[in-house]
Amino acid sequence: MNSGRFDMGSIDVAWCPGCGNFAILNTLKAALEEIGITPTKLVMVSGIGQAAKIPHYMKCNVFNGLHGRALPAATAIKAVNPGLTVIAESGDGDMYGEGGNHFLHAIRRNPDITNIVHNNMVYGLTKGQASPTSRRGFVTPVQVRGVSEEPFNPLAVAIAQKATFVARGFAGDQERLKELLVRAVSHRGYALVDILQPCVSFNKLNTFAWFREHTVSLPSSHDPTDPVEAFRRAMEDDPLPLGVFYEETGRPIFEETLGLYERSDLPLFRRERNMAELQRLVDGKTGR
Amino acid sequence: MSQGGIVRFEDELTLTLCGEAGHGIQSVELLATALLKDSGRYVFSTKEFMSRIRGGSNSTTIRVASRPVDASLYRIDILIPFDRAALDHVRRRLSPETVIFADEDTLTGKEIPGNPVTIPMPFRKTAEELGNVLYTNMVASGFIAGLFSIDEKTLAARVRGMFTGERSSLADVNVEAARKGSESARRLVGAGGIAVEIPGDPAVHDYISINGAEAVGLGALAGGCDFVSSYPMSPSTAVLVFMAEKADQFGVIVEQAEDEISAANMVIGAWYAGARAMVTTSGGGFALMEETVGLAGMLESPLVVHLAQRPGPATGLPTRTEQGDLNLALYSGHGEFPRILLAPGTPLDAIELTQKAFSLADLYQIPVFVLTDQYFIDSSWTIPAPRFGENAPRLRIVETKGDYRRYRLTDEGISPRGVPGWGEGLVVVDSDEHDEEGHITENHGVRVDMVDKRLAKYAAVRQDAQAPELYGPEDYDTLIISWGSTGPIVREALRRIRRPGTSLLHFRQVYPLHPKTPEYLGKARRRVMVEGNATAQFERLLRAETGYGARDRILKYDGLQFTVDELVQKFEELDESEVGK
Repeated sequence: MNSGRFDMGSIDVAWCPGCGNFAILNTLKAALEEIGITPTKLVMVSGIGQAAKIPHYMKCNVFNGLHGRALPAATAIKAVNPGLTVIAESGDGDMYGEGGNHFLHAIRRNPDITNIVHNNMVYGLTKGQASPTSRRGFVTPVQVRGVSEEPFNPLAVAIAQKATFVARGFAGDQERLKELLVRAVSHRGYALVDILQPCVSFNKLNTFAWFREHTVSLPSSHDPTDPVEAFRRAMEDDPLPLGVFYEETGRPIFEETLGLYERSDLPLFRRERNMAELQRLVDGKTGR
Repeated sequence: MSQGGIVRFEDELTLTLCGEAGHGIQSVELLATALLKDSGRYVFSTKEFMSRIRGGSNSTTIRVASRPVDASLYRIDILIPFDRAALDHVRRRLSPETVIFADEDTLTGKEIPGNPVTIPMPFRKTAEELGNVLYTNMVASGFIAGLFSIDEKTLAARVRGMFTGERSSLADVNVEAARKGSESARRLVGAGGIAVEIPGDPAVHDYISINGAEAVGLGALAGGCDFVSSYPMSPSTAVLVFMAEKADQFGVIVEQAEDEISAANMVIGAWYAGARAMVTTSGGGFALMEETVGLAGMLESPLVVHLAQRPGPATGLPTRTEQGDLNLALYSGHGEFPRILLAPGTPLDAIELTQKAFSLADLYQIPVFVLTDQYFIDSSWTIPAPRFGENAPRLRIVETKGDYRRYRLTDEGISPRGVPGWGEGLVVVDSDEHDEEGHITENHGVRVDMVDKRLAKYAAVRQDAQAPELYGPEDYDTLIISWGSTGPIVREALRRIRRPGTSLLHFRQVYPLHPKTPEYLGKARRRVMVEGNATAQFERLLRAETGYGARDRILKYDGLQFTVDELVQKFEELDESEVGK
């Protein structure tokens, strides 16, 4: 355990020994330290699942909401106080399954938030059922004949919808993951970081070894400003490429489009209703 | 006129316009309402319409009076049907006292039920002569203005005001259509065929025309609402549109979410970060928000829900009215946590109660509901301009210290609320059961402490409840009971029957009940519930909470609101039935 500004000290953590979540937690804390974010200005928003417990293990503001609903809450938090750094972080079931519709529409809105998804291709907290990203043929206590559906491809979907930052990392490569997280959090606009991560308890197929064997870094020649090339790379599924697939700068962010911050940077809680204006509105409707 | 003689209207009349969607009836309503109000008349208007963009039969009923009116009537004094189907649509409301003005071909052929007076009037014909049948509504508007002797200058100015910008090229022809309509009416009045003696009241100059949606919206603005997220659904959408119209002027974030679940979660996120946020929705949409109501319960987040009721279950009757979602709101969300349900009956109620919903939600950190319905949202009243005062509402939040605990246990159950980014502390909220800091816990002792903390708020919430309003003598024998939008209708019906020993107890807050409620109910020998649903939901709630129910129940669930004359008849029938215990 490191002892940075986001550390909680000795607390009870509900993750299994050897879980990839530990690596993601430590890497994220290091990345945030590197950017220079202070805990009081950081809001970690999550849903439900083992990954969604991550905010509890960090010293920061926490909004641990409903299953699948982290993105709407995170979008609103950022809109109401753009001075905050907002990260929506949960697992693949939470973000791509229960919250799938919000995932699509958060991308369309392009709020300045970071969306980190722990993708272990299985439901851990409910003990081993298929997730939207489980590979075909994956046998579980519920999918007894093996998963028959095409796995959800979050990167291809995000790129198709022109999310302004789309990356994939691997929990087993913390150095490069940290680079990705620094870039994602620093990016102005919606940023997706899908993190491949083994579930040591319930996914005996997609293990650390499996991920090492079935992933490869995007070549240095990859041009992340080309959406068509990014999409082509996102469609590759063996090996799975790692790195920044797509990045677009300069697109207006959701908070800007609201018109509220054109004349003032003040967050909503520092503003006051103009009662005289309201009275004028009503008086203007009389015959006077 | 077909039956000779003079038709005279004194002090008030009820005028109904009926036609297809697309005939422009709503424009007539807006124009006529504005003109009548300009001329000092009190106006109440209400509409019923089908869930379609074109065709069908929709009607608007405008009640015009020389004194304040706030409730709908079944009876029609003057009917202007735009086609034969329209005439048939309202046939049950016709009587020999009804006067119908319509194009000749609408009146001929099949016999018209109710034996009304019919007077041919070339609305459509005039429009066609002017070059387009679409001007029919403007001819009719002018005709109404003429009946009330509204001068042509005022009429022309109002019509012109409707055609600005890109549509300004249509102004002249519409003004001419209205003028021709007005001329026909003046000719009729001049010839002594009809007399409308409804003098204006100068006081009305200080009044405003307002519909239910605007009232809820104004209340929200007065309550400091600065964030609205919703998914469009009739009849709640009008509030979303009102807030969007005012967003720039008042600094409100208005976001149409991808679904109701997102809308509700955005609103909770917005409160967390320091906004005063609201969703506006209807039954089916609210059903999708239920889990989030529970989230507000667990996070102890303020939440304001405007729930405009319409008949369910499922899609039900999308454009009709009902008081059928009381139970839905009352029991929404799993688990046990406090909530408040408010139910305005008048626009002033809606302004006051919606404003209050924000302060109550903020103070107690709980969900607060404003229950309206399609009838209320789409009806329009003439009311004195509300006064908002100079003091802007203040958000009850604290600057956090380093040792801040979001759920610090207190006697009254309310912990000071911090927002992220203001102060040295961290604001941690969790949908799991949590400790005082807000972190997840499975400790059973903490669980009990937290449940007790949340429910402890009820003590203060009850003391703060809106008292029911009593109309009529204190020493009543029979107590009529109503809640929400039916209030003014029941009140007028009761005034009309002058039944001795009978009073009305009207509830503007339906949950939790004011502590004096059992006393009011217990005094009555006979209790009569009037409710716009099939299962007497509020009557059951009263029975459960106070032990006093109502044996007599006047229930309506056909998709239409009660009317005054309908309730007069029901109340008169009460005497014929056995006196309740």
